[in-house]
Parts: sequence; C-alpha cells; structure tokens
Amino acid sequence: MALAAAPGISGNKLTVVNLTREFNFKRQKITALEGISLEVKEGEFVTILGPSGCGKSTLLRIIAGLAEASSGQVYKDGRLIQGPGPDRGMVFQSYTLFPWLTVRENIEFGLTLKGIEAERRREIVDHYLDIIGLAAFADAFPKSLSGGMKQRVAIARALANDPDILLMDEPFGALDAQTRLVMQELLLKVWEETRKTILFVTHDVEETIFLGDTVYVMTARPGRLKARIPVPLSRPRTIEIKNSRVFLELKTRILDQIREESLKAASMMPAGRG
Amino acid sequence: MRKYLKLNTPIPAKLYFSLSVAAFALLLLFWQLGVTVGQLPPSHLPPPGAVARAAVDLAANGLISDIGISFFRVTTGFLLAAAVGVPLGILMGSLKVAEAFFEPLLAFFRYMPASAFIPLTIIWLSIFEAQKIGVVFIGIFFQLVLMIMDVTQNVPQDLIDTAYTLGARPLEVFRRVLLPAALPGIMDTLRVTLGWAWTYVIVAELVAANSGLGFLIMNAGRQLSTPDMFVGILTIGVLGIICDMAFKALNRLLFPWMEREV
Repeated sequence: MALAAAPGISGNKLTVVNLTREFNFKRQKITALEGISLEVKEGEFVTILGPSGCGKSTLLRIIAGLAEASSGQVYKDGRLIQGPGPDRGMVFQSYTLFPWLTVRENIEFGLTLKGIEAERRREIVDHYLDIIGLAAFADAFPKSLSGGMKQRVAIARALANDPDILLMDEPFGALDAQTRLVMQELLLKVWEETRKTILFVTHDVEETIFLGDTVYVMTARPGRLKARIPVPLSRPRTIEIKNSRVFLELKTRILDQIREESLKAASMMPAGRG
Repeated sequence: MRKYLKLNTPIPAKLYFSLSVAAFALLLLFWQLGVTVGQLPPSHLPPPGAVARAAVDLAANGLISDIGISFFRVTTGFLLAAAVGVPLGILMGSLKVAEAFFEPLLAFFRYMPASAFIPLTIIWLSIFEAQKIGVVFIGIFFQLVLMIMDVTQNVPQDLIDTAYTLGARPLEVFRRVLLPAALPGIMDTLRVTLGWAWTYVIVAELVAANSGLGFLIMNAGRQLSTPDMFVGILTIGVLGIICDMAFKALNRLLFPWMEREV
C-alpha cells in the first residue's frame, strides 16, 4: 500500500491537490468543488470559512474518505487517501453519538475496534472525560445530555482514537451562541493539550479567526478557495482576544471578502426569491 | 382545564389512565342504553349481561382451547414470517442490489390480498394447520419485509459515517451500528404485524376450520347466537391488547436508551 510520495507534499500532514467534485442534477452537471488545493502542517489548526452550500462539507467528507472526488488527490503524510480510516477522525454538525451506548462506551468505540484491552481503554476514556469535564456522566446515555455536552463527547470520542488529523464539520453549528463560545474555548484548551492537527469548517467569521492558525476563505458555486489568510494572534487565546485590534481588523478584512461572495451568490439566485 | 388542551402536550399519567378507562365505560353505557332505551332486538344487539353470561358458559365449554389453537396458528405464522422477513428486510435495507432484486417482486405480492389466496392454500396445504398458518404468513410476510427494509434504510447516515471514521470495517458497521440502530424500529414493526396476524388467522378460520376463534364466531353465526359471536369478537380484542402491551413492555426493557415521551 505504500505509494510513492508526490514531490513537495511529504512535509505536510495533509495536502489537497487540485480537487474537483462534480455531480449530476436533473441532467445538468453541477460543479460543487473546483480546483481546491490546500496544505495543513503537523499540529496546525486550519479553518475553512464559507457560506452555506459552498461545498465545504463535501470537501471534508472527501478528505475523510466518505465521498469521492471527481478529480484531484488528497494525501495524508504523503500517502494517497483511498477510503475512510481511523487516522482521520471526524466530528459532525449533527449529533452522532450512538444512542444505545453510554458516554463511556461511545468514547471507547474506536478503541474497542482496535482491540485495545479494557484496562487501557478505561484509562484513555477517563483522561478524555476529564478534559471535557463530563466524568460525572460516564455511564449516562446520550439522551440525558444537552446539545453542547453531546458535541463534547463526540470530540472526546474522535480524540480518544488518536487520529493523525481531526476533521470538524461545523461541530458547533447547532448550538446556541453562549454554548458555542464555551465550546470554542474548550476546543482551544483541548488543542493546547493535545496539539492535534485540526481542519475545521464553519460559516462563522469570528469562530474561524478565534480558532485558526490559518484561514481559508471559500467561494460558493462552484466552491473555490479564494484566499489563504494567516492569523497573527498569539496563543494561548482567551475570549478577550475577540476585542483586540488585530482580531477586529482581520474580521473586517475577511468580511469584505465574504461580502463580495455573498453578493455574487445573491445575484445568481432566480428573481423573486430570498 | 385549558392546560390539558394544548396541542401535543403531555398530561398527568393518572388523567391519561382515567380517560382511557372512561372510554371503555362509556362504550358499555351506550351499549346498555342501546338495548334498554333504543329497544334494539337482542338478536342484533344482546345486552352486556347476556354476553357476559355467554362468556362464562363458553369459558367452560371450549373457549380456552379455541383461544389456544388460534394463538398457536398466529404465533407460528408470525414467527415464520419474522424468521425469514427480518433478515431479508435488513439485507434489502442495507444492500442496494438486494433491494433492486427483491423489492419490486415483494411490492407486487403485497397488493394481492391474503384472503384471495385462501382457495389456493386449501389446494396446496389442505385444510389442516399448515393452511391456516400459510394464510397468516402470506398476510403479513410481504408487508413485514418492506417495513423492515424501510426501518433499516432510515438509520441516520451520519451514524454510519461516524463509525467508518472511527475505523470500523463494513461488517463491523453492520453489526455495531446498523443493527442496534434499527432494532427498536424492527421491534415496533413486529408489534404492528402481530396485530395483522390476528386478522388473517380469523379470516382463515372463518372460511375453513373446525376450531379456533374464527370458527367459534362462524359457528355462533350459523346458530344465530349473537352473544357467542360477541364473545368471540371481544376475545380477539382483548388478546390483541395484551400482545400490544407485552411488546411495549418488552421494548421498554430492551431499549432503556430510547428517548420517549409519556
């Protein structure tokens, strides 16, 4: 299976090369993603910002191996990706805890598949329960958790599996504004502790700056990467940083980029709608 | 008062129970009124008391064995249909090739009423137990398979994808995610189809049988014994509600993780 590494991509944790995704809709060919190329370094926190329907979820699903690209490649550690695997963990926007398993059993799901013995599983799960602050809920079923708690467990479940890269598809999109802030801070805390490579997709401008080392701005229909913006904010970050001058300037700059896109997208809509 | 009339809002369990009991009490009341005030002839509507007496008489004279034989036919036909239908439905729900092969065929059979098969089943299986069981099987099998397929297909794709990103292989996804996620829906389908099985066993017994609750009703009809017919019909209702409650209790026991109202 060891495929020869393509030149120039071996230094990256993740490399996406000229990725395009087309699909047929009512006999028309629709281009969802076009010419996407991006890089994620080891330990880097990369965010992708884009409007709804720009294909950012599709991009993440292709990287996860859950969907196929029409053309282009994805390399992880220099190796071509074919199909899903535990090296790329994923957290979804919808609540995906297995409802018939307790919080503990959910977190150890991947560990059980790997055949890790019970005692070691227990240690790992306890560690992550501690990090997400839900040790008291270890034996609860997901039905008794709030939305924010469910997503915390989903993050712990993905991390417990020790993936090389964590893919996050608008994981806080379904949460209310306050809970979302708490979750962002928690995720940063977790990232500080684990230094996991993260690729995080969202349509929230503040979220993208607050979390990321690098922000990719995506266009809609077809989805292209419009800009790559480094975030010059120091770490560790706290919520106060959202009021800093650098943060606000960056926000203005990104909002300008987005506004252009939104206008373009709106002008493409049929008249009399929206 | 008004707080109990909000749309789709839970009410106290005691109130729920009282209302359910009240419905049965009202039914009895109107029944009695129909006899005493409405002057309906007893050959059409026997008074509740007469039906109760007939029930006591029949209980001492074969009602129990009729229940037993009908119960046996229902259970056997139901278990056979479930034994074949559940695995087949799961297969069709999880593999598109299986769906493409079986679904149109089964949907075609589904529209043929089981009662239309009765003369044929008599030729094929004679008039013994196998024939009654065959009618029950034909009556529920096709519906059951298609419903199980539906339940399986309705397992959220995100749950399946999550399992893949956690390193599960297709067979592990099937066993550890698809099956447990579909199980409550499968149990519910079985509960509904068991009710239908009772309908078909009675149909079969009305046509060609010399035992069972359907036969009891048919025989009472021949003798113009309306109270006995009432006993037969009501017994089926009681058995049905017992089966339903047993299934619901079993589900609560098996799936403590389910989110449910009430």
